[in-house]
Amino acid sequence: MSEASPVAAVVSEPVARRGFRLRTLGGWFGLGVAVLLVLTALLGPWLSPYSPEAIELSAELAPPGPGHLLGAGENGIDVLTHVLHGARVSLVVAFFAVVVSALVGATLGALAGYLGGLVDEGVMRVVDVLLAFPGILLAIFITSVLGPSLANVVFALSFTGWTGYARLARGQVLTLREREYVQAARALGSGSARILFRHLLPNAAGPLLIQATFAFPGAILAEASLSFLGLGVPPGTPSWGALVDQGTQYLLVAPHVALFPGLALALTVLGFNFLGDAVRDALDPKRVER
Amino acid sequence: MTEPLTEPLLQVRDVKTHFPVRDGLLGRVRGTVKAVDGVSFDVLRGETLGLVGESGCGKSTLGRTLLRLIEPTAGSIRFEGQELTGLSQRELRPLRRRMQLIFQDPYASLNPRMTVRDIIGEPFAIHGLARGREREEQVLALLELMGLPRDAMERYPHEFSGGQRQRIGIARSIAMRPDLVIADEPISALDVSIQAQIVNLLVELQRELKLTYLFIAHDLKIVEYISTRVAVMYLGRIVELADAAELYRRPRHPYTQALLSAVPVPDPDHPRKRIILQGDVPSPLSPPPGCAFHPRCPHASERCRREAPPLYALGNGHTAACFLAEQDATGTAEARGEEEPQGVLAQSPSGG
Repeated sequence: MSEASPVAAVVSEPVARRGFRLRTLGGWFGLGVAVLLVLTALLGPWLSPYSPEAIELSAELAPPGPGHLLGAGENGIDVLTHVLHGARVSLVVAFFAVVVSALVGATLGALAGYLGGLVDEGVMRVVDVLLAFPGILLAIFITSVLGPSLANVVFALSFTGWTGYARLARGQVLTLREREYVQAARALGSGSARILFRHLLPNAAGPLLIQATFAFPGAILAEASLSFLGLGVPPGTPSWGALVDQGTQYLLVAPHVALFPGLALALTVLGFNFLGDAVRDALDPKRVER
Repeated sequence: MTEPLTEPLLQVRDVKTHFPVRDGLLGRVRGTVKAVDGVSFDVLRGETLGLVGESGCGKSTLGRTLLRLIEPTAGSIRFEGQELTGLSQRELRPLRRRMQLIFQDPYASLNPRMTVRDIIGEPFAIHGLARGREREEQVLALLELMGLPRDAMERYPHEFSGGQRQRIGIARSIAMRPDLVIADEPISALDVSIQAQIVNLLVELQRELKLTYLFIAHDLKIVEYISTRVAVMYLGRIVELADAAELYRRPRHPYTQALLSAVPVPDPDHPRKRIILQGDVPSPLSPPPGCAFHPRCPHASERCRREAPPLYALGNGHTAACFLAEQDATGTAEARGEEEPQGVLAQSPSGG
């Protein structure tokens, strides 16, 4: 190429560097809550003043005070201890429910969108059927049949939870597969696996991740609901839902028993919703930072 | 481009691409969109064949059909004599290195989540050619050829302007040193000031890499500049094909004449006779009977409404599908019926 080449053109400076930035107060708040929850789940057993099994009958339903910072519940269990330990249950159940749902849903949805035809029909009709039931009812049914345990709660929540990801992934793949860069990859001789994993899924990942962040507080609430109904964690396991359940019986005499786990729940759900918003904004690749 | 171009690189015979239109719950076929409806031509090694026509005439569908990105409904596509239509995608893969596509929209044709290194390196990855350091050098060499800086490697498509992105797309297309490049309106999405740069880049690449182009466009001026021969498409069919100079000097088909009369001439005293076409392009779902152009044609006769004119060979490789050209015809250039998928040429469109 000669230097008189018309090929050489002026190249401007990069418009924007990519980076994952939380830009809002809500985003930071959400991140703070998430970090706090993870730390509590990890360190809870060391932070809590009592063992979750410990009972102190003399302190039954004692109001918050020096001995029990957040008061005591039925049989004198320490509310703070149960709230701290409950974080672990909430986090573990929500995490696995979301991960299992997302993996199953994204894979089935992407395949349905990419392959089309009978696979598409089959997967999407199953989704329609599952969505026709109220999810929590189905989860109640499953846990009451299988019995209360953490694994069963995860299974029950994932059983309907994957449908949202499947619809989303399918829709994404349907629009993305017609994009010109996908055609370009096909024109270059790219196989289906490469197109699916290098071109379709990375571009569908943003919305799926956002869905997952928003599903997370939903899963925490669902676990709490099941535990509240006695269908979640096995009896005696510290869980926010179970503690609220216990507290409702003493709402008038000892409101703190339901109040503190309820606050923990509300704060967590709110934080993760804010985090979801922030993730959605941060993942938009065209967003130019100021 | 001094030596005579005679060797056909791509032979297209009576290619049809029809899309069924379905409706309702049961997906009954309600009709057929005949996007490409019986097209035959050759692309000669080393030439640039321009393909022009209005939006919706089937140009882009034809380009994609030739690369089997869209499956043809009927017809034969031969690349260096090898039939492409029967091949599986797997069998097609080694041939894909040799036939490439340049896209119209430089914003849609690059994966926004891949770096330029991965985008230009993708053909190497797909065909398992160069790895690691070697691939990096190949990518750098391509960047240099395109006039892009070395540090473009680590950047993402959205960091570039339209013209730069189109260069990245072109680099990807020519990375495997293809023989045939189908350029699907490669400049129509770009600013006018960038268009000339990209056209000159394409011309230069053709010279250096001995590329053959099928250049799809609707800008007649640029097609005239870049093309050896030009084919005019209307409603899924080629209505005229000739050497570029011949076509622009002596268009024979009324549609070509109308198109050319719409090209602005930078001379205020230029006597011009604008032929204003009436109406719109008819729907390819229900094309008019006879010659598809007759509802808009200023010369339409009774015969045009009943019969579709064949492509008449007019000498020197000039062919036109119009009864007005019949008296000058030395034969028909193409068997238009379905009975002869080979489309035996009475006279090769390559001519003299």
